[in-house]
Parts: sequence; C-alpha cells; structure tokens
Amino acid sequence: MISRRVQYEVAGRVTGPILMALQNYQQQRRRRRRSPKDNPFGPPIQCARKMKDLMSIYYYQGRWADGAVPVAWITSGFPVELLRAFGFYSVYPENHGALCAARHMMPELAAVAEDAGYSRDLCAYARTDLGSVLSGNTPLGRIPKPDLVAACSNICQTVLYWFRSIADHLGVPFFVLDTPFVYGDFKQHHLDYVSDQLLELSDVASRISGRIVTEEELLEVNLRAMEGSRLWGECLDISRTCPSPWSSFDHFYHMAPIVTLRGTEACNAYYRELKDELDDRVAKGIGGIKDERHRLLWDNIAIWPKMRDLSRLFATHGFCFVTATYTNAWRESLPFWDPKDWLRSSAKMLSNTILNRDLKNRLRVMTGLIEDFECDGVVLHSDRSCKPYSVGQYDLKGALTRELGVKVAVIEADHADPREYADEQVETRLLAFMESFE
Amino acid sequence: MSGPRGCTFGIDVGSTTLKAVAVDAEGAIVASHVEATTPFIEDQSERALAALRTRCPLGGEGPLGATGYGRKRIPSATRVVTEITCHARGAYHLIRRSGVLIDFGGQDTKVIRIGDHGEVVDFTMNDKCAAGTGRFLEVILGRLHVPLEEAATMAEDAASAVSVSSTCTVFAESEVISLVAHGKPVPDIVLGLHRSLASRVSALAGRMKDGREVFMSGGVALNRAMADALAAEIAAPITVLPEPQLVGALGAALGVRT
Repeated sequence: MISRRVQYEVAGRVTGPILMALQNYQQQRRRRRRSPKDNPFGPPIQCARKMKDLMSIYYYQGRWADGAVPVAWITSGFPVELLRAFGFYSVYPENHGALCAARHMMPELAAVAEDAGYSRDLCAYARTDLGSVLSGNTPLGRIPKPDLVAACSNICQTVLYWFRSIADHLGVPFFVLDTPFVYGDFKQHHLDYVSDQLLELSDVASRISGRIVTEEELLEVNLRAMEGSRLWGECLDISRTCPSPWSSFDHFYHMAPIVTLRGTEACNAYYRELKDELDDRVAKGIGGIKDERHRLLWDNIAIWPKMRDLSRLFATHGFCFVTATYTNAWRESLPFWDPKDWLRSSAKMLSNTILNRDLKNRLRVMTGLIEDFECDGVVLHSDRSCKPYSVGQYDLKGALTRELGVKVAVIEADHADPREYADEQVETRLLAFMESFE
Repeated sequence: MSGPRGCTFGIDVGSTTLKAVAVDAEGAIVASHVEATTPFIEDQSERALAALRTRCPLGGEGPLGATGYGRKRIPSATRVVTEITCHARGAYHLIRRSGVLIDFGGQDTKVIRIGDHGEVVDFTMNDKCAAGTGRFLEVILGRLHVPLEEAATMAEDAASAVSVSSTCTVFAESEVISLVAHGKPVPDIVLGLHRSLASRVSALAGRMKDGREVFMSGGVALNRAMADALAAEIAAPITVLPEPQLVGALGAALGVRT
C-alpha cells in the first residue's frame, strides 16, 4: 500500500511532468507551420498545451491510483466534490468515451460491446466504455480499477444501466444517486430526497476510503469546486465580446478540467490563467476565428470525431459558435449554491441541470444564451446516442424561430459513433443554413 | 456577371439525373439538357455542358453555377451553391411570391419555406433514409414491372388504394410482392404507393406547410398522380412549377447573374 502510494505520488509529481516536458519538446521540433492563407482560425490559445499536460498527467497518475487511493468511476453530473473530500481518484467513463471517439478508436471498442450483445441503439459512450472494460483496450494505457462505481440520474437514465453493467463486470459496489426529473418548480420533498442520498453517499465514501471527513473539510472542497465553476463561467462569458476570443469548439476542448478536476486547486489555477489569456486576446482584438460575421449557439453534446472538420467548415464561412448549452451546463446551477448550507444547495444544484428539467426551462436557458451572446443562429445537434438531449428539439426549433426570429438548423449525427454520421448530408444542410444568411 | 449576350448556365448534378440549363438575361430557359447521372461526374458534366453551350441560341459563353450532390466535381463552375438555395431561387423566380416548395428528388426530398423576397426562411430534408423520395417509387414500380411514365395513368385506373407502408423502401418492396401474391390488382397497389409516399412527405413538411401556398418541383413532380396524392394528403391545392425537374439548375444559373 505504501509503495503503491509512493508510485502514485511520483507519477503525478515527478514522472508525469517530466514525460510531458519531453513530449512537448519533441512536438515543438516537429511542428509544421500551416500557411496563414488556408487557416480560418485565430492564433491558437497558448493555454491549450497546459491543459493537455494537466489532463495527461492526471490520466498518467491514474495508472497507479488503485491500491494507492480509493478510486471511483462516476458520471459527469455526479458530485465529485464529495468524493474528493474523502481522497478519491475519479474516472469518468463519459470522458473516456469522448476521448476514444476523438482518437477514432470508438468503432473497434464498440464492436467488442456489440459482439457481447449490447445493442447498437445504446449510447455510443456506453458501448465504447463497455467495449473497453471487456477488452482492456484504452487510449489511456491503463485505467485504475474502481472501488466504487457511481451514477447520478441527472443527465440520463442510460447511465444507471451502463454503470451497473460496468460494476457487474468488475465486481465492485454500485451507488445510484437518484435525482427525479424536475417538472416546473423544485419541491421540498424532492430536496429532502436528494439531500438524504448525499448523506448516504458520505457514509459509503467514508466506509470505502476508511476516512472520516469533517463538515469543514466538505465545505472547503465544495467552495473550491464552486470557485472552479465560477471561473469556468467567466471564461465562457468572455465570448460575449465580438469577435469572440475563442469559439465553442475551443470551449469543448477546454472543459475537461471543470468536469474531471472540479474541486482541485489545479483546476482553478488553470482557469485563472486561461481567463487572463482570453482577456488579453480581447484587448488585442484577437478572435477565435479570423473573420467573425455570424454568431451561433450550439445545442447538445459535441460531435467528437468530427470536431476538426466542423470547426473548419464554420470558420471558413465566417460563422463562430460563441455559446453552447452543453458547456454552459457546468456553470448553470451556480446560482443555487449557498455556502451556509452546502448539503441542500448541492442537492438543488444536482437536480437542476438542463437535462433534468423540462423543455420550458431549456427554452428559457437557450433564449437567455441567444440574447446574452447576441447569436443570430442556432445549430441543434440531434444526437442519436443522447435521447434526453435530443427529444423536443423540433419544438425548440419552432419556438426559437417564432419567438426570437433566429435561423435554426438541425443536423442528425452522434456524439461518438462515426458510423451514424453522413458527411455529405450534414455538410449540405449546414452549407444551405449558412447560405440562408446571405 | 453573364455572357456577352446576357446568358448564364446552371447545372444540377443530382443523385439520379443531371440537369443543365442556359438562361437568358430575363431568366428564361433557352436550352436545357437532362440525362441519368453516371459515376463519372466530371467527364459527364463537361460533356453535357459542351453540348448545351453548342445548342444555346444565345451563344455558348457565360458563367456556370453548379448545384446538387455532384456540385463540387464540376471543374468549370464559377460558383457552387447547395440545391436548397438553388431550388428556392429558381422557384421564386418562377412564382414571385412566398410559399412552401416541396422539391421531390430522386434520393432526397426537400421542404423549403420561401420568404417574401425569395430568401430561404426554413428548410427540412429526409435524413439518412431515402424512403420518402423518388427512389421509393422507382424501386417498387420496377419490381411491379410498371414503367415510371405509366405510373400516373395506372394510378388513375385504380378502383381503390391498397395500404402500403413507407417506413423503408426495402421492406415496402417485400410487402408489395406479398400483396401481388395475395391477388391485389397492380393499379390499386400503384395508387397505394403514391398515397404512402405522399403521407411521408406531408409528415416531413410538418407545420411548415400550414396556411401557406404549396409548390412542387423535382423530377417526381412530372408524375401528376404524385402531385394529386400529395394535394389530397395535405388537403390543399399544389402548384407544380413549369419544367419542375429544371428548377434547381435554373436557380444555379440565376445565382451567377449577380
């Protein structure tokens, strides 16, 4: 146990940073310069390399996490802050699915799960992760075995079955944090129900980690997490400037720390530095794309395997995504936070995510974003893998067109499975959408 | 931008047919060319355009607008624009008023809401599946050995329509074989096919069509039984645009005038 802990700490503090520095040095020597003529983007964000280092070291350190610290595999909407107070190392199967998709490993991993009997109609993240668990194949080299698998129902119901399957395969305990869907107002009994589960989660985390955590320690890590969400929100808000110093495609990339490292000082330090750089870009008039003529809102999860193609297509035609309901989700519940009552305010925050509330709220959020960020168009990604995010989009399209007069396009795709993406059809729809602004 | 005598050219390379037109300064089609699309789009389009330019009474010079799925493979194109914009532009030039255009193509069907000034206000298309397109009719009529050009006449001879599913062309094909095996008259099946397709396209149009004048373009609009079935389905009259198959190419030619 002690030697494992030493390995874990050395990986995070010494070996990981050295390997990153070596890799950066080699990449700098190899880097090709693209002709400025072909490039519709503004200068790259310098912090991106730091974020890559931060995340790579975190994943690298994770190879030695099991046996050194308690490990939990959790959903993106799970209260990681609470587990962090007990010293847990967290793994996010959703992020892992996105990473596999971005690295074009998704089809081979999904095929393993599909061969094992998981339906192709299941979420592509789920199939990717189950394929990875079954085959042991991952772009991260090694993922630490969990002591706890935990899912919160505030993003979808699929996670309950997907994470339960993972727990079954690995033979570890499974914890469900159930946040009932909020229709209209958030009720007292709802608040009590979720708060009670958070107390139960504290007990479970204490039992697994063998640690007792005081109220003060829990408050401290929650305060750090809220500071992280606040900083993330401020970085996003800088896109209200015209031209926006970064686009939603950049937001998608830079959201990794707020999802994975929320509640750590490293996360907060990263966003402080990023915010300084974005402020500097605004002062110098540097845009995320070179020629911002139209500003757009993106709805739903990113299409990870097609990020590069789509960002270039839009940038080439002067269209910049300045805000997205997806990236906004890691700051939207902040108004519910109350440091005087972390438990109940956490319960409120967990329950009031965009995917756990009705369509009226979604329309209100989107209307607010369109107005605040001065968008003149919206792209709704109808995501085959994510039904809770995609149901109701045609109603939203009608309402946004009618009430705000913005142009709206719907594209059929998938956040991770490239087999559900038709290049020619998507491009034709998006080009026609952009031509309609002429 | 136009040729010495005000002539411009447009080409619409669709999934099923290639359409090319020459248009005069007033936007009237003075020459046209239609043939089935082959896999060799670059050679085919250049050959078709050379023939059109030779036949054009206003001379063969003038810029070229390209549209359709093969639009990016026309080397001599002056401008490349999507078929949604071109169909809307071509239709507005012909009708000069707002409305909803249903472009019934070989492998995609577009519903386009055209604004007061000819702009595209909104549009929707079939996605990932060609069951709501001309290909549906083509495949199943082929299975029944009914030539496309005889489909409308045969539908008129039907005593009553047989219900046919339009969820999937492949499934509908086996369903139709089963109907024939059960002794259903072919004209009744043909009418059922038209109604089935009309219901699918009507659903695609959704609320976009409500209360607005509806126009129809695309190769399938040449089949009058289809226009009738669609008009019955949406319970409103439908105006089939003149030379409906050429509307996209016309829009492409008009798009290089300014």
